[in-house]
Amino acid sequence: MTATEAPAPPESDATEPPALRRTPTRKRLVPYWLLLPGILWLLVFFAAPLVYQASTSLQTGSLEEGFKVTWHLATYWDALGEYWPQFVRSMGYAGIATALCLLLGYPLAYLIAFKAGRWRNVVMMLVIAPFFTSFLIRTLAWKTILADGGPVVGALNSLHILDVTSALGITEGHRVLATPLAVVCGLTYNFLPFMILPLYTSLERIDPRLHEAAGDLYARPVTTFRRVTFPLSMPGVVAGTLLTFIPAAGDYINAELLGSTDQKMIGNVIQSQFLRVLDYPTAAALSFILMAAILAMVTIYIRKSGTEDLV
Amino acid sequence: MAATETTGKTTGKTAGTTPRATAAPLRWLRRNVVILAGLATLAYLILPNVVVMVFSFNKPHGRFNYQWQQFSTDAWTDPCGVADLCGSLGLSLQIAVWATVGATVLGTMIAFALARYRFRARAGVNTLIFLPMAMPEVVMAASLATLFLNMGIQFGFWTILIAHIMFCLSFVVTAVKARVMSMDPRLEQAAQDLYASPVQTFLRVTLPIAAPGIASGALLSFALSFDDFIITNFNAGSTVTFPMFVWGSAQRGTPVQINVIGTAMFLVAVLCVLAGQMAGTRRKRSKK
Amino acid sequence: MTMTHTPQSSGGDVRLSQISKTYGSFTAVHPLDLTVPAGSFFALLGASGCGKTTTLRMIAGLEDPTTGTVELSGEDVTALPPYKRQVNTVFQNYALFPHLDIYENVAFGLRRRGVKSVKKQVEEMLDLVQLGPMARRKPQQLSGGQQQRVAVARALINHPQVLLLDEPLGALDLKLRRQMQLELKRIQTEVGITFVHVTHDQEEAMTMADTVAVMNGGRVEQLGAPADLYENPATTFVANFLGTSNLIEAEVVEAGGEDLLLRAAGTKLRLPAARCSASAAAGDKVLAGVRPEKMALAHADDAASVTDGHNRLPGRIKDASFIGVSTQYVIEAPGAGEISVYEQNITRDGRLIPGAEVVVHWNPAHTFGLDAAQSLLAGKTGAAGADLDEEAA
Repeated sequence: MTATEAPAPPESDATEPPALRRTPTRKRLVPYWLLLPGILWLLVFFAAPLVYQASTSLQTGSLEEGFKVTWHLATYWDALGEYWPQFVRSMGYAGIATALCLLLGYPLAYLIAFKAGRWRNVVMMLVIAPFFTSFLIRTLAWKTILADGGPVVGALNSLHILDVTSALGITEGHRVLATPLAVVCGLTYNFLPFMILPLYTSLERIDPRLHEAAGDLYARPVTTFRRVTFPLSMPGVVAGTLLTFIPAAGDYINAELLGSTDQKMIGNVIQSQFLRVLDYPTAAALSFILMAAILAMVTIYIRKSGTEDLV
Repeated sequence: MAATETTGKTTGKTAGTTPRATAAPLRWLRRNVVILAGLATLAYLILPNVVVMVFSFNKPHGRFNYQWQQFSTDAWTDPCGVADLCGSLGLSLQIAVWATVGATVLGTMIAFALARYRFRARAGVNTLIFLPMAMPEVVMAASLATLFLNMGIQFGFWTILIAHIMFCLSFVVTAVKARVMSMDPRLEQAAQDLYASPVQTFLRVTLPIAAPGIASGALLSFALSFDDFIITNFNAGSTVTFPMFVWGSAQRGTPVQINVIGTAMFLVAVLCVLAGQMAGTRRKRSKK
Repeated sequence: MTMTHTPQSSGGDVRLSQISKTYGSFTAVHPLDLTVPAGSFFALLGASGCGKTTTLRMIAGLEDPTTGTVELSGEDVTALPPYKRQVNTVFQNYALFPHLDIYENVAFGLRRRGVKSVKKQVEEMLDLVQLGPMARRKPQQLSGGQQQRVAVARALINHPQVLLLDEPLGALDLKLRRQMQLELKRIQTEVGITFVHVTHDQEEAMTMADTVAVMNGGRVEQLGAPADLYENPATTFVANFLGTSNLIEAEVVEAGGEDLLLRAAGTKLRLPAARCSASAAAGDKVLAGVRPEKMALAHADDAASVTDGHNRLPGRIKDASFIGVSTQYVIEAPGAGEISVYEQNITRDGRLIPGAEVVVHWNPAHTFGLDAAQSLLAGKTGAAGADLDEEAA
C-alpha cells in the first residue's frame, strides 16, 4: 500500500456541490413528545392550582353565596394578624427539629459511610425500614413512649429533668405529651431519615484517603472533620436541612397527635380553615404566605451556602 | 487515625502503668463517640417500630391502645376484625399501584427527555420538576383541592390518584435522570453499530441499564403514595385510605389491628430488602 | 488462525466526498475528500478536536454529515442509519454493555441480525482474542487489555467491510499498548478487513498504518505512508506533530539549480529544490527543516574536520540529556533559535557538555523546505486545540 493509492484531498474530483442536510423534524420533536404528558400533568394539577389558589386568596364571600375575586388584600393582613403566633411557632419548631435532625443524623450517616464496614447494608436497612410502617402509626407510638405514666417520663421525672424543662417552658408540669417537647420530638423523628440519606450520599462520596491525607498533614481527627469532612459533606447538609425543614414547617400531624391546642402550627390552621371552617380565602392566603416564606428562606439559604447546583 | 493508634501503642509499652490505665476507658469512649452517637440515633429511629410491634400483642381495656395491659394474639388472628380497616388498606394499595405506574411512566419519559435531548424551555421544565419537592404538602394539597372544588369535581378515588401521581412524578424524574445521565451514550451507539434498530437499542441496552433508576423511582413512588396523608386528607372527600383510617382512629379509638398491619408491613419490607440485598450481592460486581 | 466457516470478508473501500460537519457556528470537519482503499490499515491522526473522531463517526453513521456523501464499496450509505451499515466500531473506552457478559456482548451483533446459532462463531471469536475462559464474566471483571480485546471481538464477529477504531488503545498503559498494536496489526493482516483507526498518538499511527492522514482544525493536512510523511512533511504542523523538527527561518538567495541556496543565521544553507514544498524564487522566505537525528555535532575545535558540503550552524550546547540509545542536545544557535540534536551513543565526545561551543552539521539532502507563512509552533505538544471533537460527540 502506498500513499498514492489514497489521493490527497484537492486532487479528488468534487463533481456535485455539497448539499445541506437537516435533521428531520420528527426527530427534533421527540423530546417534546416525551415531555408532553408529564409536564401537562404538572401544569394542570400543580401549577394551575397554585394560580387558582392565588385568585382564591383574593376572593370574598361565603359558601352559600359563592366567592368572587374582589382583590381583598385584607385577607392576608387579617390572616397574618390572627395567626402570626402559629407562623412563628411553625418556623421555630421546624428550625429546632431541623437542627436536631442534623445533630442526630450526622453521626449515624458518618457511621454508615465510614465505620459500618460489612454492617453498612444492615444499618442502612434499619434506617429505611421504618418508612414502611405508616408514619401515622409510628407517630402514635410516641404517644405510648411519652405517656404520662411511662418509663421515659418516669425517668425524666426522677432525674428532675422535667422540672428544668418546665421552667424553660418546653414542657408542662410532670408530663411530656401535649407540650412543645413532644411535638419537636415527633417532628425530629419523622424527618430524620430525610436528613440521614442525603448526608450519607455525600459522605459516601468522600475518598477515605482524604482523611489519611489530612492526618498525614498534621490534622488531628477533630481538625480533619472540621476542615475536610464537613466542608465536603456540605451538599448533603444543605439538601438534608431543606428536605427536613420544608415538610416540617408545613406539618400538622405531629402537633395534632402529640401536642395540645397550645402547640398548633400553621399547617393545623390551614387544614382546619379549609376542611372544617370552610373559609377558603383565608386558607389560601395562609398557604400562600407559608409558601412565600419558605421559598424566600430556601433561596436565601441556598445562596448563602453556595450550593446552587443542588437543583 | 493510624498514627494515633501506633503512638498509643508505643507509649503503652514504655509506660503502661497506672495513669495510662485509668485513661483507657476515656480514650475508648473518645475513639468510639461517633459510633455510640450513631447507634443512639438508630435506636431513636427504631424505637417506635418496636413499640408498634409489642403493642400489636396488647389487649387494651377501652378504645385506645396506648397502655400495656396483657399479652394476646387476638389481633393477629383477626387482622380485618375492625370495620373498614382492610377495605381502606386495599384502597391504599390500589391507589399506590396505579400512582406508581402513572408516575413511573410519565416521570421516566421526562427523565429521558431531560437527560438525552437538548431543547428550549429546559430550565423551565427543571424548575417545574423541582418545585413540588420544595413545596410544603399542605400548600399543594390545599391548592389542588381548591381547583377540584371550583371545577365541581367529585372527590374520591380519582382525585386522590391524580394528586398522588402529581407529587410522585418529580421523585421518579430525579431518580431516573441521575441514572440515565451517568450512562455512557456510547453504549447506545455501540448497540446501533452492532445492528440494533432504535427500538432494539432501547429495549436491549438503554432500558436494562436505566432499570435500577426506574425501579428506585417506582419504589419511592409506591412508598410515598401508600403512606401519604396530608395531600390525601384534602383531596379524598369521604373516601378513606389506610393513613386516613389511622388518623380517624386516633380520634375515635385505636384498634390493635393497626399495629398488626404496621408490623406486618415492616416485616414484609425488611424481608424484601433482605431478598434484594442477597440478589444484589450476587450481582454486585456487574453493577458500576 | 483462520475463520473457515464464513466467507473470508475482503474489506471494502471507503470513499468520502466533500464530507463536512458543523455544529452551529463551529465547523468540526471542513469539506474533505478521502479514499480508504479496501484492505488497508488507515490511520486518522491528529490532536483532540481536530475532527478525526467526527470523521470516523460519520463513516459509522453515528453522526449525520452536514454535507457530502459516504460510500462503502461503491454504495452510497450516507442516508443509512448505523445499524444498517456493514461497518463496526471499536469505541473509545470500549462501550461494553455492563449488563451483559462477555459472551453476550460478542454475540450481540449476530443476534440483532437474526443469526440463530451463534455459539460456534462466538467461541471461535473468543478464542481468536484469547478470551475463551472469560465468556461468562461481566465486562467490569476484566482488565483493560481484556476489555479491549472483547471490543475488537464484538466488532469483528460481524465481518464488517470496514472496522472503525476510535482511540482503541487510549486507556491502556504503555507496555500493553505496544503489545496490542502488534496484536491488532496481526488480526488485520489475518482477516483482511479495512481498518480505519483514529488516534492522537503519532507513534501508534506510524507503527500500525499503511496510510496516515494527519488532521488539524477539521482539515487533512497531509496524507501518505508513514515514512513519507516523516521524511517529507508538507506543513509545519505535520513536521512538529510527527516526531520533532528543527525549523529554521531562511531566505532564498539563489534558485534554479538542483539545490536552493539559503541564507539563515548568518550562514549559507543548501536545500534540495525537490524537497521544498513552498515557492522558492530568490528573495522568498522559507523554513528549512531538519530532523534532530539527521544532525551531528562537532566540537568547535574540530570544525575543520566536518564533511565538506555539509550544512553547518555554529552554536553552544545549552543542555544535554542522556537517554540510553542517544544523547539529546539542545543547542543555542544565534539567529536560528534552539536546535535539537540527537546523537547516537557510539563514540561519546567528552567535550560535548553544556557550555561547549559546537558546530551543528548535516547532509543537505536531509533538509526539507516549508512555506514560511505558517506558525513555527503548529503541531507542537501543548499547542493543540481544545477537546472540541470529543465534546461534540
